[in-house]
Amino acid sequence: MPGETTTMDPLAGVEHDPGVAKPDPILTVHDMVRSFGGLVAVNVAHLEIQRGIITGLIGPNGAGKTTFFNLLTGFDAPNRGHAEFNRKSIDKGSPHRLARGGLVRTFQLTKSLTKLSVMENMKLGAQSQAGEKFYRAVLPFTWRSQERAIEERALDLLHRFKLDHMADEYAGTLSGGQRKLLEMARALMCEPELIMLDEPMAGVNPALTQDLLRHVKDLRDQGISVVFVEHDMDVVRDISDWVVVMAEGAVIAEGPHSAITGNQAVIDAYLGSHHDAPLSIEEEEQRIAEDEAAAAAEQSKGGRR
Amino acid sequence: MISLAAIDWGSIIELSLTQAFGVQAAFYAIAAIGLNVHFGYAGLLNFGQVGFVAMGAYGMGLTVTYWQQDSVLLAVIVGVLFSVAFALILGLPTLRLRADYLAIVTIAAAEIVRFLARSTALRGITRGAEGLNEWIGPFRALSPFDASTQYGFGPLVYRGNNLFALVIGWGVALLAVLLVWTLMRSPWGRVVKAIREDEDAATALGKNAYWYKMQALILGGVIGGFAGMVNAIDNATVQPDFFVAPLTFFFWLVLILGGVGRVWSPIIGAMIFWGLITFVQTLGIELVREGFIPTSVMDSTQINQIRFWIVGSALALLMIFRPQGIFGSREEMALDAR
Amino acid sequence: MRNKRGIATSVLVLAALATFLPMATAQESSGESVATTIRIEDDAGERIGAEGVLITVLDAEGNELGSAATDAEGEFFFEVPGPGEYSLLLDETTLPPGWILRNPDRNPAVITLNAGQDGRTIFATTRGDGTGTGTPLVQPDSGVTFRQVAQLTVEGLKLGVFIAMMAIGISLIFGTTGLVNFAHGEMVGWGMLIAYLFNFYGLAGVFGWLEGLPAPLGSGMNLAIAALFAIIGGAAMGWAFDRFIFGPLRRRGAGLIAQMVVTIGLSLVLRYAFLFAFGGNPRFFRDYTAQRALQLGVIEITPKDLITGLLSVLILVGVGLFLMGTRMGKAMRAVADNRDLAESSGIDVQRVIRFIWTLGGALAALGGVFMGLSEQVSWNIGFRTLLLVFAGVILGGLGTAFGALVGSLLVGIGIQVSTIVVPTELKNVGALVLLITILIFRPQGILGRKERIG
Repeated sequence: MPGETTTMDPLAGVEHDPGVAKPDPILTVHDMVRSFGGLVAVNVAHLEIQRGIITGLIGPNGAGKTTFFNLLTGFDAPNRGHAEFNRKSIDKGSPHRLARGGLVRTFQLTKSLTKLSVMENMKLGAQSQAGEKFYRAVLPFTWRSQERAIEERALDLLHRFKLDHMADEYAGTLSGGQRKLLEMARALMCEPELIMLDEPMAGVNPALTQDLLRHVKDLRDQGISVVFVEHDMDVVRDISDWVVVMAEGAVIAEGPHSAITGNQAVIDAYLGSHHDAPLSIEEEEQRIAEDEAAAAAEQSKGGRR
Repeated sequence: MISLAAIDWGSIIELSLTQAFGVQAAFYAIAAIGLNVHFGYAGLLNFGQVGFVAMGAYGMGLTVTYWQQDSVLLAVIVGVLFSVAFALILGLPTLRLRADYLAIVTIAAAEIVRFLARSTALRGITRGAEGLNEWIGPFRALSPFDASTQYGFGPLVYRGNNLFALVIGWGVALLAVLLVWTLMRSPWGRVVKAIREDEDAATALGKNAYWYKMQALILGGVIGGFAGMVNAIDNATVQPDFFVAPLTFFFWLVLILGGVGRVWSPIIGAMIFWGLITFVQTLGIELVREGFIPTSVMDSTQINQIRFWIVGSALALLMIFRPQGIFGSREEMALDAR
Repeated sequence: MRNKRGIATSVLVLAALATFLPMATAQESSGESVATTIRIEDDAGERIGAEGVLITVLDAEGNELGSAATDAEGEFFFEVPGPGEYSLLLDETTLPPGWILRNPDRNPAVITLNAGQDGRTIFATTRGDGTGTGTPLVQPDSGVTFRQVAQLTVEGLKLGVFIAMMAIGISLIFGTTGLVNFAHGEMVGWGMLIAYLFNFYGLAGVFGWLEGLPAPLGSGMNLAIAALFAIIGGAAMGWAFDRFIFGPLRRRGAGLIAQMVVTIGLSLVLRYAFLFAFGGNPRFFRDYTAQRALQLGVIEITPKDLITGLLSVLILVGVGLFLMGTRMGKAMRAVADNRDLAESSGIDVQRVIRFIWTLGGALAALGGVFMGLSEQVSWNIGFRTLLLVFAGVILGGLGTAFGALVGSLLVGIGIQVSTIVVPTELKNVGALVLLITILIFRPQGILGRKERIG
């Protein structure tokens, strides 16, 4: 529960209305629309994400969560709309610039770079490594000391995520859960201000889930703002300080978890049946099937090796 | 009575070895090193490497022919600039798209280069199908070897001009390998390899995938351009019909033979490839001459076509059965499938 | 592994099959230039030169070296790179109206040159009876006429429907499997060569002992029937590709890039097998080669072009109706749209894909016959057309059958109409430049969806 981990709740006095203003927003979205053909996937009138807390983004299937996520991180472009990160416009931000600016994301289907070692995966996250410039790359003495510092930091993080014994293995040899951990650790190498996690617990075995949750809470305690997409209501209840509910592309409710569970709009959005519990087994299974189909489709249409 | 003893095996093998270490092998090696940067490290599907080769050769040949008749250095620089320009033209529209678009565009663009070079419209500049033939002078002037002397290294014998091209060729090949080796151990190489593995992941970590792919395309293209220059110096000519589309897939075979994404693979692949092609062709010609193959089946000009069959079937079969090449490890390839 | 051996065998069998075609002779020799004079009679019966007759020079391997038009004296002169065998191919549609070649079988004319030699050949002309009306297509010093544009548009449409026949297969294969098939051009060449074989020799062209037996075994037959064999052959090749190579590769989970390189390898093996079997010189079918053009309004068109063009349109409409109306057609579109969804809703995806390969092979082969009839029969038609097909497919939108159709028509028209400003020898370059340009501005093509490209 939020109260247990944060003694001073910065959102204590904030109304529980969709689009409400917050005292210190790190990310602000205004009038953002994305449609595919005739289908409006995202239509968010106004949303602010508070700095320094964990914000959970939930909603039923097809609510547009992942599309919204892609829009915010620059991986997709809205038809119209305006977004600010740290009070600076990111409307024309390409994803790599946003990442450099401190807005870093992970993916629902983990993207470990299988033929690079775990350590190389980590070092990739480091920003402003001079040796990543072509003309400096051929002069190793210009980047070697920096590389050593990065390596130390990476080892530190790997240790925290209990991956240090795998440092020299190919990332392709990691298990699914370890890949999730690696992806999170790698994102931290970017030293983000805001980290956006796309279903961080999806496909992770329950034993590891607690581990991952602890890491997410650690992030907040280090002062990093966290936004995550999740469909498991238990996870949301456990770690989010603030919950934003999307349905049919729009934000329909927000507030602390306790306020959301009783919200009529949210109950309606989930067809009035699962307002306080995890989704039904059938729905859960259907969702897993769809995720698998999406994963398979991505692989078969990938065009890349 | 005909017998296999009539075949001069000794000289066939000698010739094959001479060719395996000769300048043509170096030419294939350099072009494949460029392709290795594209495909092996950056994952770019370049099916028109021959276009870069042609750009390098024409850039150099045109400079000497029309502009600076004595500056070898300037000619080489222009050759490089031609290759860079070609990379930009190809890369700008396609590097944001799926990998197969680059494949289609590169194969088409390489053909455009050849069509234009041989067209009557540009005949005044490129000299059409005859090509550029009067520019080798300043290069040969730099040769420390005597043109009419045969230089022997054990069983390998090369003429003076040939040896000059050979030294340049293998010199360039070694420098290119060294450059690629250095780059791929650097953070730059790490980013490029990451983009090959997953472009979105690299982007999400703040890397400008488009720009890195462009850099890789230019680097591999310029190396390909050098291959064109080496070949031009060896043959003292730049002719459009040398740069036919299948040549690109000779480079591909060289690369896959040695193992994609390995620094030395193009060198080893090129020596095996060119030695083997020479062996098969000279043997074929011998067999026709000695009557083992009746001319009704195949005459000596058709022997030249055998190489395309070898390249085509070897490409297909290697890709199916040994995609890691002769020396690559199966385990590393298997990581993709997980 | 049984599978592996199956793939290896089929690569070799396909290569061997391709070589079972009539043998050609390739010669060697040497020279410097080739020349000819085209003469006709004016109304007074005076021999005068025919201006503006387009002649293309090809080398022994059938590569175009260039083309030029005859001058006011009817003289044609062309410098060739060196000694060797060259053929001069006269574009009969550029002869002055009312004139045809007396001996169309001698087109192209082959000249063999020794070092330092200038070679000369003769194209004898004769008055084609009747239609001596009309003016030359391209009049010297006259601007672009409506007639010219209309004529070129019709020719472009014709080329476009031919391209479309090949493009639909490529596009459907890509749409359902994600594979860009670089060997599609060889299915075109395969169809063309099978038609040639049955047109001239029947099966006796492969198995000499059959000679003397009735057609199709021992002798040639009319091209229209030979074309049926080409369609069957093309379908068989498409089927075999999927049955023995790409189907097994898919089952083994081979990557798309690996499969693409395999198509490249196949294409090289087959193309050079065609060269080996057929020889480098372009040739013509036995039937319908030289035809007098019909005058339809402002347009001139030969009956063969008219018929093959209309046939292609009919076939394309048929394919369209098939895609829209039949169970298999709907299944094909469903698989192209979302393979996994189609699979889970009970469609036999592998069967659909095999059907698409077979259909694609048949269409490509027939397209090859039409191309051979409209232009010439040559071993490397496949690769030359493939690039135009790519242009059409990308212009229309990779992966959509209707996009491929529209794109191909536009490419065909674009190529022909562009000859008003672009030299004829560079007209295909225009199409390829268009391909690159379209990728800059609308990479998903005219009818494609943006989601496919990323």
